[in-house]
Amino acid sequence: MNIVNFTPITATLGGMIIGLAVVIFFLFNGRLVGISGIASNALTEKDNKFDNLLFLLGLILGPIIYSLFTSKEINITISNSFILLIFAGLLVGVGTRISGGCTSGHGISGIGRFSLRSIIATITFMIVGILTVLIKNFI
Amino acid sequence: MNKLISLIAGIIFGIGLVVSEMVNPAKVLAFLDLFGNWDPSLAFVMIGALVVSSPLFHLIKNKEKPLLAEKFNYSNNKEINNKLIIGSALFGAGWGLGGLCPGPAISSLALLNINSIIFVFAMFIGFYLVKFFNLNKTS
Repeated sequence: MNIVNFTPITATLGGMIIGLAVVIFFLFNGRLVGISGIASNALTEKDNKFDNLLFLLGLILGPIIYSLFTSKEINITISNSFILLIFAGLLVGVGTRISGGCTSGHGISGIGRFSLRSIIATITFMIVGILTVLIKNFI
Repeated sequence: MNKLISLIAGIIFGIGLVVSEMVNPAKVLAFLDLFGNWDPSLAFVMIGALVVSSPLFHLIKNKEKPLLAEKFNYSNNKEINNKLIIGSALFGAGWGLGGLCPGPAISSLALLNINSIIFVFAMFIGFYLVKFFNLNKTS
């Protein structure tokens, strides 16, 4: 194991900003953030549809507003294999709905309220994620 | 008013994803590359988010009701079953393949990157499949 590109300060700061968003949503609207739930309910459920769509719109506006205020360009590196992306997207969509949460819903909101269910979910998807990358690096 | 909060919470969450660089799949994959070139940043994002959200969650939940809603509305599901493990494992595999989970994937739509658009499209098909085949209901 080599530790590379580690950015603890911006990671912690960004994490605290995410935590603030979770707190605001809970304090005012009484709901806990879980992006897979918000996104999937925006698609399939009538309840809170408009709220969910607005939250998703906010997620997309966040990076745009950040760029406007800091005039920093946001660069990402993403796979350009369409087959891999479609397969990965399907797995993420199906998996998060069967288990009832993703990195935010289980990993932050669930662990934050000390839910054993969410702790087990988070450990499971982290281990499988790490194994997947390990196997991918071998192939 | 709570519609505005949904939008604002989404924007703040999205800004947190950019500041922490979690919007970049390469950064997430580097976290999952535990046995190679490891970037521990994602763990610090989760810690930052939890430090802010967890104490405030426990404080706020004892209030009679949220500021802009009739009641608190979050899952208190404690069931630990096969669906939780299988779903989390499927999600972990998809996460490890693409480096994208739902929040960063949706935020990255702001960059109009064709690869992230394809991923999000596949993810929403995944959400829909679970709903259509009732996979989240049957155990």
